[in-house]
Amino acid sequence: MYVYDAFDRTLVTERVAEFRDQVARRLSGELTEEEFKPLRLLNGVYLQLHAYMLRTAIPYGTLSSEQLRMLAQVARKYDRGYGHFTTRQNIQYHWIKLAELPDAMADLASVGMHGMQTSGNVVRNITTDQWAGVAPDEIEDPRLWAEIIRQHVTLHPEFSFMPRKFKIAVGAAAHDRAALRIHDLGLRLHRDDAGELGFEVMVGGGLGRTPFLAQTIKPFLHKRDVLSYVEAILRTYNQFGRRDNIYKARIKILVHELGPEAFAKEVDAEWQSIKDGALVLDDAVIGDIAGRFQYPVYEKLTDSPPQLAAARRADRGFDAWMTNSVANHKVPGYAIVTLSLKPEGGTPGDATAAQMDAIAEVADRYSFGEIRVGHEQNLVLPHVAQRDLPALWRALDAVGVALPNVNFISDIISCPGLDYCSLANARSIPIAQEITRRFQNLDLQRDLGRLHVNISGCINACGHHHVGHIGILGVEKNGEEFYQITLGGKADENAVLGTLIGPAVPYVQVADVVEDIAAAYLELRARPDELFIDTVKRTGIEPFRERVYAAR
Amino acid sequence: MPLVENGKIVEDRYLRVDDAAPLPERTPVIVSAKRFFAEADALTRRDGSVGVLWPNDRRVAELQPWLGHLALVALHFPKFRDGRAYSQARLLREQYGYGGTLRATGDVLRDQFTFLVRAGFDSFEVKKPADARVFAESVERYSVFYQPTADGRVPALRKRVKKAPAAKSGETV
Amino acid sequence: MTSPLEQKKIKVTGPVVVTANRTGDGAVIYRLADGGWTTTLDGAAIATNAALAHELMTAALADDLGAVGAYVAPVKLLPGGQVRPGNLRELIRLGGPTIELPVAIATAARVLESEHART
Repeated sequence: MYVYDAFDRTLVTERVAEFRDQVARRLSGELTEEEFKPLRLLNGVYLQLHAYMLRTAIPYGTLSSEQLRMLAQVARKYDRGYGHFTTRQNIQYHWIKLAELPDAMADLASVGMHGMQTSGNVVRNITTDQWAGVAPDEIEDPRLWAEIIRQHVTLHPEFSFMPRKFKIAVGAAAHDRAALRIHDLGLRLHRDDAGELGFEVMVGGGLGRTPFLAQTIKPFLHKRDVLSYVEAILRTYNQFGRRDNIYKARIKILVHELGPEAFAKEVDAEWQSIKDGALVLDDAVIGDIAGRFQYPVYEKLTDSPPQLAAARRADRGFDAWMTNSVANHKVPGYAIVTLSLKPEGGTPGDATAAQMDAIAEVADRYSFGEIRVGHEQNLVLPHVAQRDLPALWRALDAVGVALPNVNFISDIISCPGLDYCSLANARSIPIAQEITRRFQNLDLQRDLGRLHVNISGCINACGHHHVGHIGILGVEKNGEEFYQITLGGKADENAVLGTLIGPAVPYVQVADVVEDIAAAYLELRARPDELFIDTVKRTGIEPFRERVYAAR
Repeated sequence: MPLVENGKIVEDRYLRVDDAAPLPERTPVIVSAKRFFAEADALTRRDGSVGVLWPNDRRVAELQPWLGHLALVALHFPKFRDGRAYSQARLLREQYGYGGTLRATGDVLRDQFTFLVRAGFDSFEVKKPADARVFAESVERYSVFYQPTADGRVPALRKRVKKAPAAKSGETV
Repeated sequence: MTSPLEQKKIKVTGPVVVTANRTGDGAVIYRLADGGWTTTLDGAAIATNAALAHELMTAALADDLGAVGAYVAPVKLLPGGQVRPGNLRELIRLGGPTIELPVAIATAARVLESEHART
């Protein structure tokens, strides 16, 4: 993981000092709320239903145990003892007091953390695959490039007041675990025929009111050009993105209105002027940043140590967890472990301060002190020796993060919804909780297999419902909460938006509807191992629509 | 609305002249883009500097042929959240090599000073007197910058690298 | 509930209050008739027509130092004179999230932990 140097730390410290001054000027009346609001947003400070919300950046979802302990400390000291991991690999605190924020941010700054890039019309947290650096199918660690771009866009003087926010994701495998095509800018690292490293550049994706999938405007951009090309894209967007209508201000609208070819031409014209200038990434600069990425010194181990098989035979629970939550690592003898933050009846993505401390402890002992945050709102321990898995499992189970439901129907992705968020039209968390109760039986979940449920409490789609296998969108009708159901969405390299199956259903029926959909799948699937998403693709939504609306 | 240049509040040498108003003798003037193009020859030949107030939704490429005659270009921030003029400023400075005065007008507040300076502005019509008074200390707030612009500061990426890359003409390192 | 941040014209079809968040800590507050704010609905100024609501809003918006994001919110008046939130959003703002906060789980975990430590 990237280790901040003096420059990085100084910037964060200076940022805290500036924000402290801005808060003081707000509280003294020198700044009006209208003037202060965009400034606090630049530090990740939102106003929500009950209190201010602080969104802290976790760049490309990578945390050290020291940082995780500080996140726990902030939860305890300034909030109500817990935090929420988001669909963009950040963390949110929902009970923050403005007057205490400068101190909270100073605490975070002491471990190199901050709220920059987490709100406002800037480039937001650059996300990637939570298995980055350790996945066997990866070309190279995409986080190096996420960090290079992160530095470039942090407090960028030209791009801090764009038409709207701008979200970038970087991936490095053919199988897209970073949801590149639902981002304003998706960068897929790969090699050309000559073996040169570069990026496929995809622009104009995004969910919300008008969802779009990103289009490829450049199949291969050499790595040395990535900063200048990103600069050209941002400059084009900053100048020509719409500013007349907040719902038409994302780059996806500009790409759609110009057409991808015309848009690419505009970008290219700008790029030609700057591609040989100060933004060229020579090996020295790339090597310098790469030099501060620390990797574990792995032991020479072999896969499948015998005690592992014995442990699996001895304990059904451990065996189930191994099958579900443990994935192959690129280094022999190691494994990637997913920690489920989706307990039955719980809030998806929430973790208490006690849990965070316990996970930090476990990370120190078993994962070289490193933790990852996934956009599915689960955590990952990326460097676990296979021989340590039995002990790790017991430790995680004690903390309540070893439920073997990863990728199953109860592994729900959900926004905070109307219980917290001032933008929401309906609640999302209780819907998620009820679904987890209906499907608490793990055998049933295993039978249903991989099934992604995504819930959003409003059209802003922070729960990414458009790309859920089952997507649930809360709307308001005559003061009551109703929910639109979509089927068949996907966020990977074959990304597709889900299809609405019928009229919105009331709050009390949503879990019933999900049960009907699951039951229909079990009847319709061609074979037990035909995935839900593949059944939907094969049959279309019609049989599901019939089943759901037959008695409604 | 105080004018800040070189870190302090100064008198404005320029006179903003309406489209229909007569031009004063020898006084430096700022005219609208409309008037500038209508009277470009006369304006650039008169005895006295000329500056243009350029809208933020028009490409600065249109000005390029005239930059040698323009002592000042004033760019506009209708609301400080509308950041188009930052791009215009950088294009003028870094791609067209504009060496005259680049003025920020409109909703110009303290918390944008550093960004404005980095983008290439060197003259500021500041909205609030209190902000104008603290200009010099505001732009000292940050000492670390990641991005290269034309402001002359060496970005962190370059400072870290032991061997400086070979400078190309016009490149700021 | 459709975010009242999208409210443009004040439409009053029943009793309303003016509500906002306190600047310093974000707590939910309600405008009082003679100026100032309260954190409970009971003493809050109730408007039954647009003119009164507009008056309350104007005063509320003028207090930029004390309150943020003021808007007009519906209330229900009970026969006994009590005032209740007029929709789910306002209920949640006054009463908190409709879900149990994880801290409850945290407390239980700590109890279990200390039980374990003793055995």
